[in-house]
Amino acid sequence: MNELRTPLKKALGLGSARQGAHHFIVQRLTALALALLALWFLWIALNVLHLDYAGARALIAYPLNALLMLTFIIMAFWHAQLGLQVIIEDYVKPAGSRLSLQIAVKFLCFLGAAMGALAVIRIALGH
Amino acid sequence: MSANARPTSPHLQIYRWQIQMVASILHRATGVALAAGTILLLTALLALASGQPAYTAVHAFCASWIGTLLLLGWTWALAFHFVNGIRHLLQDLGWGLLPAQFVRSSWIVSISSLALTVLVWACVLAQRGGV
Repeated sequence: MNELRTPLKKALGLGSARQGAHHFIVQRLTALALALLALWFLWIALNVLHLDYAGARALIAYPLNALLMLTFIIMAFWHAQLGLQVIIEDYVKPAGSRLSLQIAVKFLCFLGAAMGALAVIRIALGH
Repeated sequence: MSANARPTSPHLQIYRWQIQMVASILHRATGVALAAGTILLLTALLALASGQPAYTAVHAFCASWIGTLLLLGWTWALAFHFVNGIRHLLQDLGWGLLPAQFVRSSWIVSISSLALTVLVWACVLAQRGGV
């Protein structure tokens, strides 16, 4: 059988899309981070439910919680974008709506992450 | 025959429903639901940052029947995506790929996601002091 790929091409392992397994790897790394963060998030959510405004704010403003909430938001929106991207690739056929949806999902996920991050920073700094 | 009318491969309606298929579909569906659910998380955080009146409104919404229903659904979606996500990570490591193991792990994640949801809401209700 003819080997059409050059040794360099095989060594780089980037495939025809020039991305290699990058999407696959980042999706799993964010998943692992979220699996760990979800346990902390559950604990926070159960606590916040029964606190008043000042108590809830103090809990999120506590440096470790603010840090983890910020990380959770970034990881969640990153993971969501990667997952929604695959779903759109699988089910949306028309090229126009497919591209528009991919762009919209990327923009919305970034916007969501930035909004959440800004809110956590405001809470943490007491503004 | 035009290009659009060509025969396509069999889709969902042709297959007998199997638990592996249910787990796979639910993983995607709960993923989309969780992405939509981030709106509630963002709303709560923005309200917490902006001040007491906004936070009280979000709290009242969460305590309403529609808010409670959304939170209940979201809890299960998170539980399922969490447990099934761990199953997927283990499968990525090469674990449990035989058909029998695949079926069994699909049942395990489906049942444990429901058990987790019940457990979390039992904690919520116990803290609240009744229904």
